[in-house]
Amino acid sequence: MLEIKNLHVKLEEEDKVILKGVDLKIGPGEVHAIMGPNGSGKSTLSYVLAGRDGYEVTDGSATLDDEELLEMEPEERAAAGLFLAFQYPVEIPGVGNMTFLRTAVNAQRKARGEEELSAGDFLKVVREKAKTLKIDADMLKRPVNVGFSGGEKKRNEILQMAMLEPKMCILDETDSGLDVDAMKLVAEGVNALRSAGRSFLVITHYQRLLDHIKPDVVHIMSNGRIIKTGGPDLALEVENNGYADLLDGVQ
Amino acid sequence: MALAQVKQDALTARLQGLSAPAKGWTAAARASASDRLAAQGLPTRRDEYWRYSDPAQLTKPEVSGAATDLAPSFAALDAVKLVFTDGVFDASASDDPALAGVELLSLAGQADIHWAQGLYGQLETRGSSPVERPLAALNTAYATEGVLIRVTGQAAKPVSLIYTQKSASSDVILHHVVKLEEGAEITLLESGTPGARFNTVLEVDVASNARFHHIRTQGPDADRRGVTHIFAHIADNALFKSFTLTAGGRLTRNEAILEITGDDSVAHVAGTVLGDGKDFLQDDTIFITHASERCESRQVFRKVLKNGATGVFQGKILVKQGAQKTDGYQMSQSLLLDEDAQFLAKPELEIYADDVKCSHGSTSGAIDETALFYLQSRGVPKRTAQALLVLAFLAGTLEEIEDEAIAAEVHARLEDWLHGLDG
Repeated sequence: MLEIKNLHVKLEEEDKVILKGVDLKIGPGEVHAIMGPNGSGKSTLSYVLAGRDGYEVTDGSATLDDEELLEMEPEERAAAGLFLAFQYPVEIPGVGNMTFLRTAVNAQRKARGEEELSAGDFLKVVREKAKTLKIDADMLKRPVNVGFSGGEKKRNEILQMAMLEPKMCILDETDSGLDVDAMKLVAEGVNALRSAGRSFLVITHYQRLLDHIKPDVVHIMSNGRIIKTGGPDLALEVENNGYADLLDGVQ
Repeated sequence: MALAQVKQDALTARLQGLSAPAKGWTAAARASASDRLAAQGLPTRRDEYWRYSDPAQLTKPEVSGAATDLAPSFAALDAVKLVFTDGVFDASASDDPALAGVELLSLAGQADIHWAQGLYGQLETRGSSPVERPLAALNTAYATEGVLIRVTGQAAKPVSLIYTQKSASSDVILHHVVKLEEGAEITLLESGTPGARFNTVLEVDVASNARFHHIRTQGPDADRRGVTHIFAHIADNALFKSFTLTAGGRLTRNEAILEITGDDSVAHVAGTVLGDGKDFLQDDTIFITHASERCESRQVFRKVLKNGATGVFQGKILVKQGAQKTDGYQMSQSLLLDEDAQFLAKPELEIYADDVKCSHGSTSGAIDETALFYLQSRGVPKRTAQALLVLAFLAGTLEEIEDEAIAAEVHARLEDWLHGLDG
């Protein structure tokens, strides 16, 4: 599914290297987690994969089903099946959530040569999916993320994921700013989307999200590299001992 | 040459092409306007309120442009449609001017219009002090046509003034007068381009408890040169709302001069502007006077400018002594789609009462890159995402239109025109 090889990235404006050779391979249906201290490059990795401006790839590659992602526009990556759930979902005044969802769904369908969804069909699907995420009609009508609580914003991300049906989902600190109940709801939404053909990369500081979204593989990232890979136990080790021991072990 | 002489010479040249002011019931008003005009001359760039917009296009003697063929804006709405072609009323293209509770007359008619006598040129005169507005005086003196509307009740449907321009050299001066009697209500629509060059004045007298709604579309013709003035007098417990959508044009100067003299009234002026290209200049110049208590005024303008287009906003709120509990607000915002586009804003507050709430704000910025990336990351192509964000920005002012069907119609025009801007 997703294969990252020797990825080196620096900030465009300052000469600061953030990723220093990341290697990562995620198979179909797998759930991987990346944990790591602040500033280790986790969010940069997610932004670079999604195609945000401001980063320069100096070496390496990232492919999705053997297609090179790094040469595509962000919208092409989305149409290819990549989805990034933002750590800070963006507020867009004046654009209705429903309009936004429908525009996105149909743009992707069009890019893939599929027929666009009619207003009626779209409405039916969106209502059904919104209901399981406890997103009410009012939230669908309001401008995208404007005035949404932290939990509502994250649920809205998961709703977009459910509507767009990507094959590779990256969750960037989806647990940040959520209370326990909100986190459970979001995790349930994610779990409902797990399938043999869909993979996940869950980026988080804390083990607690991984209690709800059980990973197959856990990676520890530090200073722009993946320094350790293991099973779910690795997350527990971090929870109990912090990152310090792991980092010491490497250096 | 002294500035005064330049202004006088420009006026002399300008007047040569115009026919003498009409006699009849408007004679006194026209004579007085001619006197004011003679004293003032025509505006130049050196005038305080013409620093950003060069009035030459509006004042030079000759006119040249291209004929326009615009799709009418409010075609689908049920309204009494009155059509003016190159400034001449076209009865055959118009509806029967009959509407319950509304008197609809032509300025070009011969009969004495007694109720209009106290208004024609009168609100214009009041609104031309302390700031001189010679182009409005010129209009009062030389207007050949216009509609006189007296509203005594609740108008069942809007009156829609539709302008079409067929001549490439028409120089059109229209002067409309609207008088709303106590408790009356009407919606006035305006759309199209009156002439290759035009100068329109709309005088509106809003009596106690009356409500006036004005929605106007200008564009999207590229060659438009026009100046419009709205002069309104607003009594107590009354409402005045005017909204304008402008796209294209070389020079479009829209002035609104509102005077609120009754307590507890509301006056809003709003506009949405799309400008493309170096030749585009659009200017909103607003002057709202609060002379009474507990009134609310709003000036809300949003402009999207690209490829070197220029947008201007000059907005003033004057709160007179004793106009306590005034709530005045003005906000002008622009979205500059490239580095060549510019937005010039001059907000002014002049306040002589001590218990008022007045604020103003102005912003200029580029499209929000974060929002753009967010939309793209969901699969929305960049151009579509940009268009969506521009539409969202502009549509913010459409909330000023109370009637949902009209707002939807304006929104549809806005979307069409944005699409054209994109292509």
